[in-house]
Amino acid sequence: MLNEFDLAALIVTLKLASISTLILLIIGTPLAWWLANSKWKLKPLLEALIALPLILPPTVLGFYLLISLGPHGAVGGAMQWLGAQPLAFTFAGLVIGSVIYSMPFVVQPLQNAFVAIGTRPMEVAATLRATPMDRFFTVAVPLARTGFVTAAVLGFAHTVGEFGVVLMIGGNIPGETQVLSIAIYDHVEALEYGNAHILAGGLLLVSFIMLVVVYSLNRHFSLLQRSSR
Amino acid sequence: MSIECRFNIVRTDFVLDVDLMIPLTGVTAIFGPSGSGKTTFLRALAGLENNKGYLKVGDTIWQDEKYFLPTHQRSIGYVFQEASLFEHLNVKDNIEYGFKRAIESDQSVMHRAIILLQIEHLLGRRTDELSGGERQRVAIARALSLSPKMLLMDEPMASLDEKHKKEILPFLENLHAELDIPMIYVTHSIDEVAHLADQLILLDEGKVVGNGKISEMLTRLDLSLSHGERASSIIEAKVLEHDEHYNLTTIDFSGGQLFVPRKQLPVGCDVRLRVEARDVSLTAERQTQTSILNILPVIVDEISDESDAQVIVRLKAGDDLLLSCVTKKSAELLQLQKGKEIYAQIKSVALL
Repeated sequence: MLNEFDLAALIVTLKLASISTLILLIIGTPLAWWLANSKWKLKPLLEALIALPLILPPTVLGFYLLISLGPHGAVGGAMQWLGAQPLAFTFAGLVIGSVIYSMPFVVQPLQNAFVAIGTRPMEVAATLRATPMDRFFTVAVPLARTGFVTAAVLGFAHTVGEFGVVLMIGGNIPGETQVLSIAIYDHVEALEYGNAHILAGGLLLVSFIMLVVVYSLNRHFSLLQRSSR
Repeated sequence: MSIECRFNIVRTDFVLDVDLMIPLTGVTAIFGPSGSGKTTFLRALAGLENNKGYLKVGDTIWQDEKYFLPTHQRSIGYVFQEASLFEHLNVKDNIEYGFKRAIESDQSVMHRAIILLQIEHLLGRRTDELSGGERQRVAIARALSLSPKMLLMDEPMASLDEKHKKEILPFLENLHAELDIPMIYVTHSIDEVAHLADQLILLDEGKVVGNGKISEMLTRLDLSLSHGERASSIIEAKVLEHDEHYNLTTIDFSGGQLFVPRKQLPVGCDVRLRVEARDVSLTAERQTQTSILNILPVIVDEISDESDAQVIVRLKAGDDLLLSCVTKKSAELLQLQKGKEIYAQIKSVALL
């Protein structure tokens, strides 16, 4: 079955996806809320920037991240100047890469969910004495719950599935930065098709299940909405 | 106590420019055709429009050049045109949402609202299991449970069909009678105005064209309400006695007494009458040989053209006002002019 390197890769992958998803939800929620409600002229610019990872080859993103996170890059240099290690080839570096890479998969479902709520429920909550923060947590968040589930599942699944970015900035260090997708690649290169099958098949199955959850949730949600009209 | 407001709201296709005093008692209807700015005005009172202006409620300034009291700190209850219940909460939680956050919460007010609107049996339901009328009743109870200083209602019946309108109207009349809370009620239905309003503000294209007591506003000949098919006057009266023999009820008002088919109402109770202009005819002498029971001495107050053939006449009956629609020929024959004493024959009176 799984050898110790595969097991380590699995743990690194799950850890990376969980931490990245958590950070993405924390950053993505206010960002999506702002995008859903702002009338700022330059908003499309920001939306395009967030959506870039959808179409950009991951190696392009990984390449620029490697340069900026490395000891001579803007971020890496600053880290070094502060006495910290550069982030390239570290787990922390992977988290930064994953957050950027999976950002659109979290922000877009949340933004759509917030737009779908509209302004009325928030106005109602205001007339019922709820402060802006109160109405966000007691009205907007519960009404956007399927958006949150979709965002979390897609963010998690997409992080699990990343390859190019990790390869560029992670350095494939077992137990530190080696993730499942790269472990599969290594197995195939070594012609260990059996091991590759276990990992690849497992990822296929898990990804499929997660997407089924997302789609059935969204279907359930839209059906509910229709019946309440 | 009153509301003092000056709003100037400029939108791309529309300007609302009002300067008003609204008494903080009874029901004030904001009436006008769609697009006249009624809803925008109500939203501005609630602080939902991001507009400039001045607003003083009682002794407290809610808005001026430098200050804007946010919606959630205004002591209002707001009922939107669609019930707009929170669909993630059941009926009880919807009502308690506001109650828990109320500035001065009072459990007895919430219970009274629930009983007044007869929604006890709905409390455990999900909002998508309610009919349109039930949803709106829950929304009204939710707003009342805040113990607000005033209730703002934006056409609460407009999204309902005729059947559900009939279901809601008695509840609104009950609110009017039972609660000591001023209501500002936006509508484009003259029937709702006739049933509910004490004061009337007439809006047209973002401007106030009239503001005053309902009985005066309905009979002001320079305003559109006193013209057309449904032109009518409103009279506040009291039940005087019941005639058991003929099954009639005598109703007393400042201009005299009126007879209507017997109603199950206690003697002394307040009633509101609506008399349509087309049901009032005029005669120089008091007729005795006539089937019409309701004949009142009145004084002609004002006359205005209704059509090529007709005039509308405003009559003073005591302190109350009546409208009568007669032909120009009859007006000339009777030599109608301001101050003339004459008799009004009223064919039908509606108890609202």
